Amino acid sequence: MIYAITIYGEPGVFEALPKERQDEVMTGHGALQEALKARGEFVSMKLMPPTSAVMVEPAKIEGAAPLITDGPFADTKENFLGFYAADFKNLDEALKYAKMISSPIARLEVRPVAWAGGAISSE
Amino acid sequence: MSDWLEATFAQQRPRAIAALTRVFRDIDTAEEAFADACLKALTVWSQDGAPRDPLAWLLTTARNAGLDQLRKSQRRAAILSRHTEAFQPMPAETPDPDEMRDDVLRLLFICCHPELDRRDQIAIALRIVVGLSVEEIASGFLVKPKTMEQRITRAKKKITSNPVAFETPNPAERGARLGEVSLMIYLMFNEGWSTSAGPAQMRLTLCEEAIRLSRLLVVLFPAMGEQAALLAFLLLQHARRRARMDADGKLVALDDQDRSLWDRANTSEATVLLQKAERIGHRGPYVIQAAIAAAHARAGSPTETDWAFIESHYAALYALQPTAVVRLNQIAAQAKLYGPHHALKAMEGLADDLATYRWYHAMRAGLLQDIGDHKAAIAAFETVLSLSPTTPERAAVAEKIDLSKKELGDM
Repeated sequence: MIYAITIYGEPGVFEALPKERQDEVMTGHGALQEALKARGEFVSMKLMPPTSAVMVEPAKIEGAAPLITDGPFADTKENFLGFYAADFKNLDEALKYAKMISSPIARLEVRPVAWAGGAISSE
Repeated sequence: MSDWLEATFAQQRPRAIAALTRVFRDIDTAEEAFADACLKALTVWSQDGAPRDPLAWLLTTARNAGLDQLRKSQRRAAILSRHTEAFQPMPAETPDPDEMRDDVLRLLFICCHPELDRRDQIAIALRIVVGLSVEEIASGFLVKPKTMEQRITRAKKKITSNPVAFETPNPAERGARLGEVSLMIYLMFNEGWSTSAGPAQMRLTLCEEAIRLSRLLVVLFPAMGEQAALLAFLLLQHARRRARMDADGKLVALDDQDRSLWDRANTSEATVLLQKAERIGHRGPYVIQAAIAAAHARAGSPTETDWAFIESHYAALYALQPTAVVRLNQIAAQAKLYGPHHALKAMEGLADDLATYRWYHAMRAGLLQDIGDHKAAIAAFETVLSLSPTTPERAAVAEKIDLSKKELGDM
């Protein structure tokens, strides 16, 4: 089963950490990537800050083009920051790997993937 | 634990202080209330974990703490009598984005008091909005903490005596505030990037805080192309920080920098932001400057640089900001396109305006070296040395003088 380990947190908090704490966080990510690399295919992504995003809103009128807006609008709550995805034996194994990147500035969600295509595929 | 929480407090501070300043109509009360809330958070969050919406938690707690303080303090009577309506129960959730946007903008604008020296505006914004300590700000400005303390106290007195309307600003007023605040952030970065004189070339704290504030403006005003471009411009400059000085502490000119040291994360984020800004359409001065910086970032080497693009963009910038310094930059691009003789001739018209601007003389000296007039080049470099360059600049100029002297000796 492919599981996604998604990371939620507040953009900018990592940057506000002292260097040694940033290194602590990055050490966890480095270890997870090494461990995943050793077991096969995986995908991981870190998104740029939300300020770099543009929104494609569904058209308000049928048949019209979707609306491009320069959002997202200021939201101080948790944001989607990035994710990992890999094939795991079961939930326990996925959780074991997720714990490697747990830190006080991020909330992790471990969720099974219903379908995946591309670099890693569920088919 | 506290490192992690401090990072969250730092991130929430501008919004929190801004909202609390509106609630209490008083910056000191807002700052004290926020400090109280953070103190409480250290205990409560360490036990129960951080809340899902830290800002809402901090605001509610700070508001209660602030009211407590007011009840106890001498200021209470005065402030309460002025603003009874402001103390209606505050909803537990975060203020809506429009209100928050105006709050933060107002707080930054209060720091841009017209009677304050630019540097004092920057210092007071770093103290109140960003929350840097007086020691940190003093080291950013290369002054003694005691001196900075006095300057900040004076500046604070001035800004609190200047009434800035707390009502929602109209679009024109909002635009004017945004322009003024953006300029202050731009100058904060410049202050960090090029010190006027002294041993250090860069003070990264100032650059980093300017980027954080600029990022905050983009979050609050996502549809403003100029603010996205300002952030892009700052990131593109900042990307070069590691290439800008060599191991001996000597300043390295753009053409001679090792471009592999440029921070790719910064340049790629800036590229995206500039694309966003250009999509919005309005071509203001920050969009133009970011486009110029991006043209440098795109080029793998000085010879691959699209100098025609850069020259035309400086021409466009000159139309908006007809200053001698902008014109000098345009001529620097012309030097690459049409050669040093053309540039030296074009520079003559700026000689009076830029007589004490050391970059004028440094550029002229370099061009004189290019055409082989080493005697004149040495004289121009010596003028640079007389205009109090920083230590890293002095080292770079000394090396160039030696080069010209060697050329003269060989003849």
